Amino acid sequence: MKELNIEKLHIAVGDQEIVRGLTLRVPRGEVHALMGPNGSGKSTLAKVLAGHPDYHVTAGKILMDGEDLLELEPDERARRGLFLAFQYPSEIPGVTIANFLRAALQSRLPEGGELEATDYYAKLYEKMELLGMDRSFTSRAVNEGFSGGEKKRTEILQLAMLEPKYAVLDETDSGLDIDALKTVAHGVNSLRGPDLGILLITHYQRLLNYIVPDHVHVMVAGRIVRSGRKELALELEERGYDWARDGAVEPAFR
Amino acid sequence: MKTESSAVDINRNIGDFFYPEAHVRDAGAGLSERTVHYISDVKEDPDWVREYRLRGLKTFLEKPLPTHWASKDLEAIDFDKIRYYLSPGTEAKRSWDEVPEDIKRTFERLGIPEQERKFLAGVEAQFDSEAVYSNIKKAVGEQGVIFVGSTEGLKNYPEIFRKWFGKVIPIADNKFSALNSAVFSGGSFIYVPPGVKVKHPLQAYFRINAENFGQFERTLIIADEGSEVTYMEGCTAPKFNTPTLHSAVVELVALKGAKIQYITVQNWASNVFNLVTKRGLAHENAEVKWIDCNIGSRLTMKYPSVIMKGRKARGEVLSIALANDGQHQDTGAKMIHAADETTSNIVSKSISIGKGRATYRGLVHVPKHLKHCKNNTECDALLINATSRTDTYPAITVRGTGNAVQHEASVSQVSSEQIFYMQQRGLTEAQAMSLSVNGFVNDLVRQFPMEYSVELKRLIELEMEGSVG
Repeated sequence: MKELNIEKLHIAVGDQEIVRGLTLRVPRGEVHALMGPNGSGKSTLAKVLAGHPDYHVTAGKILMDGEDLLELEPDERARRGLFLAFQYPSEIPGVTIANFLRAALQSRLPEGGELEATDYYAKLYEKMELLGMDRSFTSRAVNEGFSGGEKKRTEILQLAMLEPKYAVLDETDSGLDIDALKTVAHGVNSLRGPDLGILLITHYQRLLNYIVPDHVHVMVAGRIVRSGRKELALELEERGYDWARDGAVEPAFR
Repeated sequence: MKTESSAVDINRNIGDFFYPEAHVRDAGAGLSERTVHYISDVKEDPDWVREYRLRGLKTFLEKPLPTHWASKDLEAIDFDKIRYYLSPGTEAKRSWDEVPEDIKRTFERLGIPEQERKFLAGVEAQFDSEAVYSNIKKAVGEQGVIFVGSTEGLKNYPEIFRKWFGKVIPIADNKFSALNSAVFSGGSFIYVPPGVKVKHPLQAYFRINAENFGQFERTLIIADEGSEVTYMEGCTAPKFNTPTLHSAVVELVALKGAKIQYITVQNWASNVFNLVTKRGLAHENAEVKWIDCNIGSRLTMKYPSVIMKGRKARGEVLSIALANDGQHQDTGAKMIHAADETTSNIVSKSISIGKGRATYRGLVHVPKHLKHCKNNTECDALLINATSRTDTYPAITVRGTGNAVQHEASVSQVSSEQIFYMQQRGLTEAQAMSLSVNGFVNDLVRQFPMEYSVELKRLIELEMEGSVG
């Protein structure tokens, strides 16, 4: 049961239902791509997984390694091992990346536990190098005045430092030029392994050339309309979302 | 985020305790000439001080409360119920071992003797109306530095004391400076001889222990030519059900080329009216810098000022105010340019939480005949809840040509998206709030001495913990 299990999920914002009976399983160790046109509900799903207070789950379940996520506050979900790389990360004026990550790691320690500063910085610098980030970045305020590429790299840096069990990457490729995309993909690929399940949300197939998924799901109008292996992404690129919608079938596995 | 346990332990939880009163000297409740004479008798004041006090009383009684511009909450102070002088009737001791047991325990709980050993050049500890302990490190004393209570200062060093006392802040400056002039007791007297640079800070700690009490310390610091000194003050009181009054007057004189840095971390209990007048006089090429942090109290009204009297004098106020539920921090700064090429800088940051209210009042004055004066003012307010309030009243008068003034103000809110983002990284809502607030004040706090910045961060965390959820 080491999986992120989303079952028949319905999500509403106000009166409007945005996700309508979505079922998806991401086992640890696998990378699942979730593709879909604008407005299909991908980002809504990402926010609900993380526990955003503006969205209401009207029906369905989300289990992480068997535990009911919907019962937990956003910070509890995070500490239990769920990470969301935001499409639009918030700025935190005056709080440096080094201090922020330190606080985040500290929050995972038992009461009274202290982070070993030397180990912490060694790890931070190692991960920054992996992502081609200059060390001076640690003293910059989180996302403040960052370019789109810098923000996305910072998200992946946090992913690398916090070592979650499941990571949801929401449009991590948007706004990146090809070099930045390669660097970010390299970072994500280096984190792949049996202990991490990744849900890769993207609009374009391009990212999947660099982060090759194990499975691809197509989401249209709040539901998964097709699931398949990595080749599905290419087929989708060729034939478009209309094709995916027209041939809507039940998800491949459930 | 956990910070290391700090040297300066003055949070509200630690401060909220008191020992039974054991005062030998008590002026009783209410204020009259009799009260003033009682204080003068007990302190064995010279005649000029007794007269000064009586003039203070007269002015106090004549002046109305400044409620035409300030908070009506001032009317809640019942001057007839307050006790104006309470002391154990002993002189300030030079050793903690000689301090009465209860009082000594109070300061031990507040961590003062420990800090003294760690990083201070001298300490004065005031308990209600009088200093109970006052000591300076031997090496600093040998340089000719004087650091004693105001009573001892006026007795033992009359030639320096009288020359400057009441010169920076006259009796009639405002109603509360007049009140202080009538009943002042305690506070510090510091003199730093020419060229002497006091490496470590001198600290005073003001403690209110008694109920229905007013504390009126009077501090006078004179930095002679080319000297440097840093003075820090901390304050706490237990929370009583009736209002407590704290109304100090602080005068600083920085002679030619001298530097004075005055740091306050005010953490009074939420029943304290904190109405303080602070002003520094900067002579040629001298610098007066106020670092002013207001965390506690019910109502604080305090606008540290610098009069730049000599050419190239500099004035600076860095202030942080945190107004929680039921609190009003009415703070700011005044910069009076009175010579050419003087520069002043004001950076004020306020945080309002719940129904807390923060008010900034700033005054910058550059008269027409001056040249090449500069002022920079920056005031930023952070609102935590929809019910929080902030007001800014800047009054900037710059006349003449060739003077430069710059004013920036901002109001921001901690957005729910920002909190959600931080929670997604594992921080609780309260931790996220407190990190945001610390981020907001961070660039300012970085300029504070280490011991104080750590303590301030911790105080902010404590305030945020109580305000969320």
